Amino acid sequence: MSITINLPNVLSRLADGQRSLKAGGATLGAAVAEVSSRFPALRSRLTDDAGNPYPFVTFYLNDEDIRFAGGFDAAIRDGDEVTIVPAVAGG
Amino acid sequence: MTGLASPVARRDAATTAEPELSREEILRYSRHLILPDVGVSGQRKLKAARILLVGAGGLGSPAALYLAAAGVGHLGVVDFDTVDVTNLHRQVLHGTADVGRSKLASAADRLKDVNPHVHVEPYETRLTSENALEIIEEYDLVVDGTDNFATRYLVNDACVILDRPNVYGSIFRFEGQASVLATPDGPCYRCLFREPPPPGLVPSCAEGGVLGVLPGLVGTIQATEAIKLVLGIGEPLIGRLLLVDALALSFRTMTIRRDPTCPACGTREIRELIDYDAFCGAGESTPASSHASTHSSTAGSSSSPSSSTPSLSTPSSNPSSTPAAAAAPTLGSAGTAAAAAQAQAQAPATFTEVTPREIAERLARGDDFDLIDVREPFEWEICRIEGARLVPLSTFPAAVASLDPTREIVVQCKVGGRSARVAALLVQSGFPRVANLVGGITRWSDEVDPEIPKY
Repeated sequence: MSITINLPNVLSRLADGQRSLKAGGATLGAAVAEVSSRFPALRSRLTDDAGNPYPFVTFYLNDEDIRFAGGFDAAIRDGDEVTIVPAVAGG
Repeated sequence: MTGLASPVARRDAATTAEPELSREEILRYSRHLILPDVGVSGQRKLKAARILLVGAGGLGSPAALYLAAAGVGHLGVVDFDTVDVTNLHRQVLHGTADVGRSKLASAADRLKDVNPHVHVEPYETRLTSENALEIIEEYDLVVDGTDNFATRYLVNDACVILDRPNVYGSIFRFEGQASVLATPDGPCYRCLFREPPPPGLVPSCAEGGVLGVLPGLVGTIQATEAIKLVLGIGEPLIGRLLLVDALALSFRTMTIRRDPTCPACGTREIRELIDYDAFCGAGESTPASSHASTHSSTAGSSSSPSSSTPSLSTPSSNPSSTPAAAAAPTLGSAGTAAAAAQAQAQAPATFTEVTPREIAERLARGDDFDLIDVREPFEWEICRIEGARLVPLSTFPAAVASLDPTREIVVQCKVGGRSARVAALLVQSGFPRVANLVGGITRWSDEVDPEIPKY
């Protein structure tokens, strides 16, 4: 089981500069936790202390907002793609 | 074609006949007039259109230029800032000769030159909860070119309440986002991001930098969408979030949906504008925010700010005036939510705020304290305060052990936002004497040493 997690540029520096990470797990939450354990600096930027997503960082599983697809409990399949989009305000 | 179930169409039908084009306008817009999906009727729709640009900065610059050039008849522009030389690498509406002028005066002159047929309505004010509905109501749609979360939520809620499309764009460093929000059936900004991040978590462009051409990319996309909405052609970015990555040069779209539980467009429990500074955790990390919303009118029914418990990079202290209460977080792995909660339950820990002049005087008379610069190494290379020691925010948790808690610590960054977060964290972690240099090295340059370059 391997999925791809796409990070925005601003977070990639917390993952050794990688824009795309491979991750495994039965659920999206498990995959995010696995990545967070590999790159501890990412953890607080992806989830709160309880491991839940923030309301200002949106996860898209295969381009769909996970809040409408089971959240972190959503089952993932080999080849799935997750895109992480944090709120930014610059103008 | 999704076309327009938007207020643009409604306004046209209900209130205004599309104006005729003059001979000069027919010549000027000839390449539009021969375009099958625009033509004379489309150009007349553009002439009848009223578009409000909130912000005449990075995004507002290209959007305003192209909307004026395209012949949008009435352009409202909200801004209260003056042109600064650091704006010019991206804010192409303004020129070197405009430095020091109001952005609105500069914008009005430039837009009049681009197209004298366009009426520019300047609003030299902050967009606030008091004036937003009154201003936005006069327009068919809004182009959000603001630079802070408080005004973004204000623009969003006002657009939802008034049923006006919000052509959204946002940028940071090398990446941008765009969408068309708050349409009758589409999602709004709160459906995308229910709550803003705690103040200071996301640096502003003033702190984090932005590629100068990036607002050009995103602002022209906003102008494109605004024009499509007016004309009722093509497939607007409704229900889609466009992600622009200038480094990869990739454009991707995510599917976004109206959230039935959204307090703005879902449950509609937000019926009045609220205090957006409070909603966004009060003062954001940059004093450079030029379109900040202020003042509440009525207590709203919105959900409270994020209840998540942040760690190092998610501070929630108020970096604004006078001694600030350090609210939540602790340093790195040393802190737990329980410990933070316990600390909060006790007397709030505080740090003091000091001005550059005070610190300069104390340095000159040899006072005993540590001046810690929490900027990143590339900023340290640009300029530094003599006597400061670099401990970058990005590696701060690992470096905390190198700080002596028995000494007074003064922290400093570029404009005072990041250092306020660090000051709060140090206090929370047990450092008894912590001060933040207000205004950072930028204010130091203004008030103590003009030889220090500003960036």
